[in-house]
Amino acid sequence: MTEHTVILRNVSKVYRQNAVAVQALTDINLEIPRKDFLCLSGPSGSGKSTLLNLIGGLDKPTTGEITVAGERVDQLGKGGLARLRLHKIGFVFQAYNLIPVLTARENVEFVMQLQGRSPAERGAKAREILQEVGLEGLEGRRPGELSGGQQQRVAVARAIVSEPSLVLADEPTANLDSKTAENLMQLLVHMNKEHHVTFIFSTHDRLVMDFSRRLIKLHDGRIVDDEKRGAGAVG
Amino acid sequence: MRKTPLLLTLAWRNLWRHRGRTAAILFALALGVWSMVALAALSRGSLESQLKKSIDNLTGHIQLHAPAYRDDPVIEHRLSPPDAPLTEALAHPSIRAWAGRVRVPAVVASERESAGVVLLGIDPEQERKVSFIGSAITSGRYLEASDEPGLLLGRKLAEQLETELGRRVVLMSQDVNNTVADRGFRVVGIFDGEPQAIETGFVFVGRATAQQMLGMGDALSEIVVRADDRNRLEAPLAALRAAAPTLDTEPWSVVEPLLTLTEKVVNVILIVWYAIVFAAMSFGLVNTLLMAVFERTREFGLFQALGMPPRNILGQVLTESVILLGIALALGNVAAWATVRALKNGLDLSAFAEGFEMFGVSPIIYPALTATDVTAANGLVAVLGLVASLYPAWRAARHVPVEALTRV
Repeated sequence: MTEHTVILRNVSKVYRQNAVAVQALTDINLEIPRKDFLCLSGPSGSGKSTLLNLIGGLDKPTTGEITVAGERVDQLGKGGLARLRLHKIGFVFQAYNLIPVLTARENVEFVMQLQGRSPAERGAKAREILQEVGLEGLEGRRPGELSGGQQQRVAVARAIVSEPSLVLADEPTANLDSKTAENLMQLLVHMNKEHHVTFIFSTHDRLVMDFSRRLIKLHDGRIVDDEKRGAGAVG
Repeated sequence: MRKTPLLLTLAWRNLWRHRGRTAAILFALALGVWSMVALAALSRGSLESQLKKSIDNLTGHIQLHAPAYRDDPVIEHRLSPPDAPLTEALAHPSIRAWAGRVRVPAVVASERESAGVVLLGIDPEQERKVSFIGSAITSGRYLEASDEPGLLLGRKLAEQLETELGRRVVLMSQDVNNTVADRGFRVVGIFDGEPQAIETGFVFVGRATAQQMLGMGDALSEIVVRADDRNRLEAPLAALRAAAPTLDTEPWSVVEPLLTLTEKVVNVILIVWYAIVFAAMSFGLVNTLLMAVFERTREFGLFQALGMPPRNILGQVLTESVILLGIALALGNVAAWATVRALKNGLDLSAFAEGFEMFGVSPIIYPALTATDVTAANGLVAVLGLVASLYPAWRAARHVPVEALTRV
């Protein structure tokens, strides 16, 4: 039997804007097995970021069930969601979202520090992962002193370092040039293989879709296509 | 607790993201603390000098009277000289000195003028230990014996009476038989006093001479006591009251209610000043923290997305407030201490406040820092500052991560 990291059952999301109901997602059913490398694509407003936010526990579904790493996200309170995100989920954002007052190494250590790991363990893991993402020697630099590609590598290192079950990446290549984007995707494929972490992307970028092993297309809040692509077109 | 180093690092570095803004609010907070502590030191110094002067002049620490004397200070309300139990009580270890006085209303007249005064009959040696008069003579000499015929006159009163050292004046008062008693005295000494009312309102003669003039025998109007500490009078008061239960035995704070009232007024003024300064400071503090919170909305959303519990975000903003308040308190206190040190020889306000002396207030203020005032100012700023910071901290902690992250 396949082990699933994410399971969605009849998930819908309705936003209310000035008393007007906007149906962002309708009746989504999805099972994402462990170690998958999956891409959500679709035009703007199709619901990909909303779906990512619901899986990540950053938002709540209006109806339906969401299970992540064995926990019912839709039933968790604020504290439970924070704990789930801290221990089971890593995030990579379009705008990098590094903490500007911390160095690259401190950004990578941040989540482990919240988890209460010892300074020695944090330091060793941060050094190791920064070396793995090719940022050796840049550990002491703050985000403002790094290029966009380097910042996104720090963000990947931060997402992966605490060994989560799932990494959610929202438009991770949107602010990168094509060469840097390709390097980043190769890094993520490597992380997926080496660390056995499930990756879910939301993107418009053809390159990211080419790297994914499963491509889900959304339109008007519904899944319109679910294409399994074996090892991925590029990866 | 394990997250304390992280919160401290984040708070400290965030504070210095906008150095100018942080420096400005630190300056404003430190200025407020300085003004609170320095004003308290000046007010307390002025009050202290007023109290000390009044106690040194004639009030002493404790006074004993016949029961009705304080309401109607006339010759009928006199008391006997101390008996054996009272003499023993007056030898209490915390009593430094005491003196018996005749103190009645009188009229003093020179060849040209006359004035209403209080006649004080004193024992020169006893009195030297309890009041200012022994060291206040600026012309002539101090009284040499209780039964001498000389009189001490204030400089201002001598001017008003158009008399001088060596001249004769006549004192008139009511004796124990309700008849007018008068006697001529030679002015043997001129004294200076502060406030000026001391110079114009009192004349000093030997006690035995006054008792003889008024037919009082060896009776007294009051006994004045000087103790070791004006704030620790419970024990000597108890001993004196036990020894002379029929007498009216009261501390300086009751004998001179104006002094106690002044102390209360000063405390109220300080509280009002603290409230005004704190209100201004808290607006600045809360505004700065709110600006910092609004600017970092995305960041707080990110913290939550990464799994930081809202209470840690609250803790981070409060830590920033604690650091700001801590630095400001340190700077403000150092500045206040430096101000007090710089003014240790007194702040002379005589050019701006000519009328001060009329009210017994010295125009030269010697600041006095007290632990109570410093603790009150610091405690108020620290505790209420933190309370005021709760609002921006709460705002930071209540963001919904997805909304915060998507805010531009």
